[in-house]
Amino acid sequence: MENIAGTKSSLVWSVNLAVLALVLLWTIPTFGLLVSSFRDRDQLASSGWWQAMFSSQQNIIFRAGAAETQRQDGAQWVIDGSVLEAGGEVKAWGITSKDHAAFAPGAVATMADGVSATVAADGAYRLSAGKAFEGRSPRLFVTAVTPPRFTLDNYRKVLFAQGLGRSFLNTMTVTIPATVIPILIAAFAAFALAWMEFPGRALIIATVVGLLVVPLQLSLIPLLKLHNQLGIGKEYLGIWLAHSGFGLPLAIYLLRNYMVGLPREIIESARVDGATDFQIFLKIILPLSFPALASFAIFQFLWTWNDLLVAIVFLGNSADQLVMTGVLKELLGSKGGEWEILAASAFVSISVPLVVFFAMQKYLVRGLLAGSVK
Amino acid sequence: MQQLVLASATIVIGVFGCVGYFFASNLILDTILPPRGPNAGRNITRAAGIRPWLFLGPALILLSVYLIYPVFVSIWLSLRDSTGDNFVGAANYTWLIGDVKFRESMFNNFLWLLFVPAAATFFGLISAALTDRIRWGNFAKSMIFMPMAISFIGASVIWKFIYDYRGEGLAEIGLLNALVEFFGGTAQTWLTVPFWNNFMLMAVLVWIQTGFAMVILSAALRGIPEETIEAAILDGASPLQIFTRIKVPQIWGTIAVVWTTITILVLKVFDIVLAMTNGQWGSQVLANLMFDWMFRGNDTGRASAIALVIMLLVTPIMVWNIRNARREMR
Repeated sequence: MENIAGTKSSLVWSVNLAVLALVLLWTIPTFGLLVSSFRDRDQLASSGWWQAMFSSQQNIIFRAGAAETQRQDGAQWVIDGSVLEAGGEVKAWGITSKDHAAFAPGAVATMADGVSATVAADGAYRLSAGKAFEGRSPRLFVTAVTPPRFTLDNYRKVLFAQGLGRSFLNTMTVTIPATVIPILIAAFAAFALAWMEFPGRALIIATVVGLLVVPLQLSLIPLLKLHNQLGIGKEYLGIWLAHSGFGLPLAIYLLRNYMVGLPREIIESARVDGATDFQIFLKIILPLSFPALASFAIFQFLWTWNDLLVAIVFLGNSADQLVMTGVLKELLGSKGGEWEILAASAFVSISVPLVVFFAMQKYLVRGLLAGSVK
Repeated sequence: MQQLVLASATIVIGVFGCVGYFFASNLILDTILPPRGPNAGRNITRAAGIRPWLFLGPALILLSVYLIYPVFVSIWLSLRDSTGDNFVGAANYTWLIGDVKFRESMFNNFLWLLFVPAAATFFGLISAALTDRIRWGNFAKSMIFMPMAISFIGASVIWKFIYDYRGEGLAEIGLLNALVEFFGGTAQTWLTVPFWNNFMLMAVLVWIQTGFAMVILSAALRGIPEETIEAAILDGASPLQIFTRIKVPQIWGTIAVVWTTITILVLKVFDIVLAMTNGQWGSQVLANLMFDWMFRGNDTGRASAIALVIMLLVTPIMVWNIRNARREMR
């Protein structure tokens, strides 16, 4: 279109740069958390993720080896080892928490009880005293530069120790039926609304359009009461039905709009050939509507997987019912500072939607275009 | 594992149950009113009158129970006390008007309504217009669109990390504070600064919704008749003029759709506020206030009244949507 009038190269450049800026602005937040989820816990807390590739300076509080590990060296009792478990370089060290940089590497300090201590630049330390060590060993305060360290420990920890693996299964349990059930129910209804003549059809369609925007909040209390009366208050069955009900208006709307666009001749010739409505639906409409079905399936999947509100209200808080978004919410509340746990948990939870998103983007876009009320 | 088996079994039962229901009900209809024999004509007409309702039945039941019935129960509950036992008239509503937190929520929701749809639509329009002109536009679109797949709560974690505050003397690991310090400012606990923290929360939703706006608007931009643009070029219009005077006026309808869709989402915003501030420091919004009264306050009367306020705010858009849909069907 616009190419016919030739484009200025400066304009092309500024467009490219502007898009690059937008893309960076939109990806950096996620990228930052992704990098952080692989970083070592101590490094994550002491330097920004953008410095992850560089050595970082950090303050380490190190407790010397236990009294049992001491050995006798002539008249001296000695405890030794290294304050740096994963390499690095000691810049300075101290013997009180107030001053991490009282001594240079290699200097000798005298602690209480006549213990003399030294820490070398490579991290090797040596405590020596005239009598045997007893009780808790003294602490050393070290300022060190440590090389970048990446680890899978965070993921191991959240998946196995923190119980996120379990809630991953819970989320699956919620999501799959809550995606499949409404599709089927909506497909039949959409077919009736698209291709059958009956009184009240326009009214039902208008109602469905209206229900598209009814806030979920309105349904919570009445339905929770209803579910409790029916005995499915904290059951998976309850949340499956709830998600199905809430997803239905969009499903019917999307599918009806799509089915109306199917060519009339196909359906009428099938009717002439003696096919019943049920056969027409199963053998003609359903296969032809696959793109719309896929679009809605992705919507509903993303929505139920990412949902927090419905899950909090209609499911319990016990380990065998807590979904991943619920875990994230509790982690944010209780462990606001433990970013390695939060980052890894968040990535476990958003990995599945992201994969679905990138694999099925085409259908998602198509659904969005059809679903926004024109 | 056992649960997944249960879930799979439910799917199988559910799917077969549904198919079975539709199949059986159609079969019964055909047996009672056979489309052959002496009364074939009359039977076919009658069956055609009943069959739509068989197809619609399950959907209508679910819609009624899960979306229509709650509206009436909520109205009823909002006129009753905290446990729903006694009639209290309009007491919950008069309480609402006087409540400080409710006023704060209304004000904040109003801020959200002004800012989020505007910002998301603006960024969406810009990125749609720009990405359509370059070679790697599709990749760029994917990247801007990506946050759509991330849950509100996941996005809250991502952004809370950006707003993180370590304290004086410590290296800032949150991107925002690091940038502020880099440019010579003082690090802040961004989420606890009243009024401005609202915008910190809104940024999350704008970040998520821009992709949606971009996708819809990009399709609309491509649908503009080429002749109008060619004519403008021949008349010597600059690219900026073409965009603002020729393209944007032709997609006002779509911009309105994007705007209203995001507006509805904004009115229901809940997860982000719950996860990032839980309504503290002057950042409360209606949906979270309602949740507060429902679970922490255990007051179904007040919670229902707040929910109805949200419903009331959505209603104009609902009416507008229905009118548009009806016009289109004609």
